[in-house]
Amino acid sequence: MALTIDVNGEQRVVEADGETPLLYVLRNDLKLKGARYGCGAGQCGACTVIVAGKAVQSCDVPVAAVVGKAITTIEGIGRNGQPHPLQQAFIDEQAAQCGYCASGIIMAAKALFDAHPGAGETEIRDALARNLCRCGTHHRILRALRRAQERMAR
Amino acid sequence: MTNAPIPRKLPGSLETNRALDRWLRINGDGTATVFPGKVEIGQGILTALVQIVAEELDIGIERIRLAPADTSYSPDEGMTSGSRSIQEGGMALRYAASEARDLLLQRAARKLGASLEQLTVANGVISARGGESVTYWELASDDLLRQEATAGIAPKLPAHHSVVGSSAMRLDIPAKVCGVSTYVQDMELPGMLHARVARPPSRGARLLTFDESEVRALPGVAAVVRDGDFLGVIAAREEQAIRAQRRLARSATWEETASLPESMDPRYLLQMKSEDEVISEKGDAAGAARASRTFSAEYTRPLIAHASIAPSCAIAQFEAGGYTVWTHSQGIFPLRADLVKVLGVEEKRIVVIHVEGAGCYGHNGADDVALDAALLARAVPGKPVRVQWTREDEFMWEPYGSAMVVKMSAALDAEGNVVNWTHDLWSHGHSTRPGPKDGANLLAAWHLAQPVKAPRPGNPPLPGGGSHRNAIPLYDFPGQRVTNHLVREAPLRTSALRSLGAHANVFAIESFMDELAEAAGADPVEFRLRHLKDARARAVIEAVAAKASWKHRERGDGTRGRGMAFARYKNLGCYVAVVVEVEAANEVRVRRAWAAIDVGQTINPDGVINQTEGGIIQTVSWTLKEQIRFDRERVTTRTWDDYPILTFAEAPEVEVVLVDRPDQPPLGAGEGAQGPTGAAIGNAIHNALGVRLRDMPFTRDRLIAAIARQ
Ligand code: FES
Ligand code: FES
Repeated sequence: MALTIDVNGEQRVVEADGETPLLYVLRNDLKLKGARYGCGAGQCGACTVIVAGKAVQSCDVPVAAVVGKAITTIEGIGRNGQPHPLQQAFIDEQAAQCGYCASGIIMAAKALFDAHPGAGETEIRDALARNLCRCGTHHRILRALRRAQERMAR
Repeated sequence: MTNAPIPRKLPGSLETNRALDRWLRINGDGTATVFPGKVEIGQGILTALVQIVAEELDIGIERIRLAPADTSYSPDEGMTSGSRSIQEGGMALRYAASEARDLLLQRAARKLGASLEQLTVANGVISARGGESVTYWELASDDLLRQEATAGIAPKLPAHHSVVGSSAMRLDIPAKVCGVSTYVQDMELPGMLHARVARPPSRGARLLTFDESEVRALPGVAAVVRDGDFLGVIAAREEQAIRAQRRLARSATWEETASLPESMDPRYLLQMKSEDEVISEKGDAAGAARASRTFSAEYTRPLIAHASIAPSCAIAQFEAGGYTVWTHSQGIFPLRADLVKVLGVEEKRIVVIHVEGAGCYGHNGADDVALDAALLARAVPGKPVRVQWTREDEFMWEPYGSAMVVKMSAALDAEGNVVNWTHDLWSHGHSTRPGPKDGANLLAAWHLAQPVKAPRPGNPPLPGGGSHRNAIPLYDFPGQRVTNHLVREAPLRTSALRSLGAHANVFAIESFMDELAEAAGADPVEFRLRHLKDARARAVIEAVAAKASWKHRERGDGTRGRGMAFARYKNLGCYVAVVVEVEAANEVRVRRAWAAIDVGQTINPDGVINQTEGGIIQTVSWTLKEQIRFDRERVTTRTWDDYPILTFAEAPEVEVVLVDRPDQPPLGAGEGAQGPTGAAIGNAIHNALGVRLRDMPFTRDRLIAAIARQ
């Protein structure tokens, strides 16, 4: 079945069953590998993207449900060489060990800061309630998020 | 310039991989290629190796390219484990690069008609005194490094280092945080198919029936593969493979056996047959005679999962009787050795190529899924087959860090000094990695109709050790006896989890030291120093006490408290001391942690700090929350809901001080914090509330029960 979805500002046609989780459409049909697979059950946040302004676990939404909504993936906010301030802050703070959790966390944080640029420490931590980091990089990631928030406020 | 002395045995992995061009290539295009046998597992090792080479070659980091580890050309460096990558791979590359630089200088001297002493190098440009110059890239040719390494050219002295010892930015981070395809999970090959395995529901389960035709008829399904109790499905699209796997699993019936212990309490170990070995004994009759009070305590740790954020994944292609396997294994050569045994082909018909995965923290499902992929790829010759383990596969089938029980006893003299110390530990083996002499340590190998059996599980030998890692105290006690009770038969598979036995052994030693300090009426910092001669050990304890502004005999306030602990990893690696602050009302929260670490010479200070912070935070999670659950037949831990780990809301602030020793050999940094962190948390809880938790994890229920008993 052909579906048209709006990804990073472009209309993309994909041949996929409407039930297919958005994650596999992004990764396998559109070759956008930045949303990572971690659990497939909405529990780890590795696959987080922004749909209509909200952070969403893309493994947990069927593609049919996002037709007509604006989808933003990590690839849509900045590129290697031209990073988004959030990505730059992760680089500046060296906020990664394996980095597998990073794109999901960056997207969750972007959704938060877009809606609440002045979010406080507790709000930031709460916004990441569905994002897991197994390497224990939390403390650097939080530092990177505060740094990005300051930079974006300027 | 004076240089460091030249060792006789070749340094690190150079000893076993002597061809210089296995390690390095100088290219005509202004770059140099490094061929490490060690692999990136999120610890930043590749950046550190690049720093070492850039330093010795006198070229900028940006000129260095990294070749992925590949059994067809890389040096065989065994496993990337045990915090040994700098000692093994780093030292090999350091000497290989200093020798390469010398060969280039010799060529330059001939070309420029100058003597070696008249030459200087800056970023690959060799200049003679008269101003004439030539570049590495002009001098390079294929035969330049086609010779045996001699390690005859001494590397730079630490005082002359500018790249080594600096916090160079990690080379891999920009791509990762920009969502670039990086991991084996992201990799895609032309014509690639997707596969999943329908694993048995429990250990030892036998496949009775399944509905092949129903699954075969599902959309996209290319093949259903059954070999004994190994069952898998291959499909065109990933979601099709997932759906087919679910149907396959639902249709299959199995015969199961109740092979697991009756209770999840690690004390099940005490009921099992053990092989007992005294690993350290010293007696002192005079000391024993001074004993005035004796103490004993028992500490436990449950089975813990590696729980990588990314379930294991591999791609394999079977073509013309040979296999190519892309894997995030920590040891491509040992994996190949086991694949040879299971697939029944010659070694030269299997190429294993490393592609990064997420952090693994030891031996997880990485190698197992590589065999799954190879077995399934056989059914569709010519097509690359990608197997992605599910979260449930990983939780149920990865080898766990062993459960452990540690019994301590000690005697104090009238002045409160330890005069006698015993440590008895019960554990399964901590190493069942691929590459043993006989048998194969790959999951699916045991499920095949013609199985290749697992070898007897065991431990790496001392001094590093496995279950007995860090069981021998570093303190100077007049009398001690340490006994390892190895429970070889493991109801559930166990293998190397970051720090191996050190987590539980140091937890026991350092909790017990705190209990003894309390009994002696001593400050915990002072009590440790009083029993410790090793100057570097004392230095990290003093450094962390200073950093955390530790107060003599400080007391918690009934909710908050602080505790400290120390260890030298493996008794021969890095020194780490940790202080943590906890808040414990109904639930334990670690609010802050401070650490001091001495890794000898530091290649990348921020890298060491990052690894130490990560080690601390991960151990907070292990210690407070984690435990694999099972009933008599099955592992019941399937999802992140069943196995909660530390969240962002719960993560502590961490500060790490580096005690730099540029003149000492590098010691590795990845695993030093685990032991001390676990004990420091227990000590802080006691400091806060006066209750002692001796069974990990320190859950809400256990805390409440301990308070009620008080
Ligand atoms: S992969 Fe989507 S939440 Fe884990
Ligand atoms: S950096 Fe590895 S999971 Fe977060």
